Amino acid sequence: MKFQLNGKQVELPEVVDSVGELLAHYQLQSRIAVVEVNKEIVMKEEYETKRLFNGDIVEIIHFVGGG
Amino acid sequence: MKTRYSRQELFLGKESQKKVESGSVIIIGAGALGSSSAEMLARAGVGKLTIVDRDYVEWSNLQRQQLYSEADVRDKLPKAFAAKKRLEQINSGIDINSLIEDVHGLNIEEMIKGHDVILDATDNFETRLIVNDAAVKHDIPFIMGACVSSYGSTFPVIPNVTPCLHCLLNHLPVDGMTCETVGVISPIVQMVTATQVTYALKILTGAQISPVLRSLDMWKDEKAEIDLTRLKNSHCPTCGEQPTYPYLKFENQMKSDVLCGRDAVQIRPATSRVFELNVFMDRLKGNATNLLINPFLLSCVFGEFRIVFFRDGRAIVHGTHDKRIARSVYSRLLQYYSA
Repeated sequence: MKFQLNGKQVELPEVVDSVGELLAHYQLQSRIAVVEVNKEIVMKEEYETKRLFNGDIVEIIHFVGGG
Repeated sequence: MKTRYSRQELFLGKESQKKVESGSVIIIGAGALGSSSAEMLARAGVGKLTIVDRDYVEWSNLQRQQLYSEADVRDKLPKAFAAKKRLEQINSGIDINSLIEDVHGLNIEEMIKGHDVILDATDNFETRLIVNDAAVKHDIPFIMGACVSSYGSTFPVIPNVTPCLHCLLNHLPVDGMTCETVGVISPIVQMVTATQVTYALKILTGAQISPVLRSLDMWKDEKAEIDLTRLKNSHCPTCGEQPTYPYLKFENQMKSDVLCGRDAVQIRPATSRVFELNVFMDRLKGNATNLLINPFLLSCVFGEFRIVFFRDGRAIVHGTHDKRIARSVYSRLLQYYSA
């Protein structure tokens, strides 16, 4: 799968075909994160069902603690 | 002295410069983010700066916490005090207050009163949510900022306009990644505070701000921006139609009690949840010793402390009777649960 992720082109395994899988791939599933696919925010409840396709433009911003 | 702000005034205009000089900003935390934004705001001539911090200066701070010196470390000066001392050298024409205090839900409202903007420079989510509640309740813009490693994010909470932090989080994250265990380089600190201070100047001078969550990874050269307008939740307990400001309530504060005669402190987290002790134990392997588990609790030795951790998040930290130390050890231990 090829996406544009946070402004960069990335190629990920075919199994990464949902927002949930994408977060798992980057080990962000237990983190508080906001995900946008093609300029639409994906709500938490839709993470597992929201399918991803080649060429999607994805933004992920996760929250960190430090300061 | 007359030309002190001339370059800034050329950019902002005379009226806006006056607004900056009559403005007031409170910075919650005087670590890396707090030092950096405080210095910029002091140089910009913000009329009143308040700096809150509970900690003292240590050697490991000097790599990025720009207000502090080796002498401050040797003197073990509280950060808020050392920051005020340095900022007064930078600009003697402004009013600088320092509060050497631990921010919690019962004292935050008094701290922020009378300020135009609140800058987030805390190192944990629990405190951010407390400040967020108070900011929304008192209708004061709150500029979130956070960083670890080479990654940072910012979001401006403008009460009644943007979503608040509580809208974004379904529950209090225990993910407490802090600079202490993960590491951080100073350029990301400067990027986060550059954004935060720009927002602060815009708010003080009446410019518009868009509800955009921004993140940046300096090392990987990645950035992202998401407009969060859609996440404003009309049922949000903090900024919704019937707010209850849960993080300001007495019963929701993280509680710590010294256990008499046992050289131990009991910690009770702010929110109750059930921890998977088996998962926790796996993640602690290599980071803690003497691990022992039963259906009710997990016991381990973590650094110089023995900790007994219960399924509901309650813990007893042995080896200290200092609540602050116990809370800090507790937060560090919890980082491994979601690591």
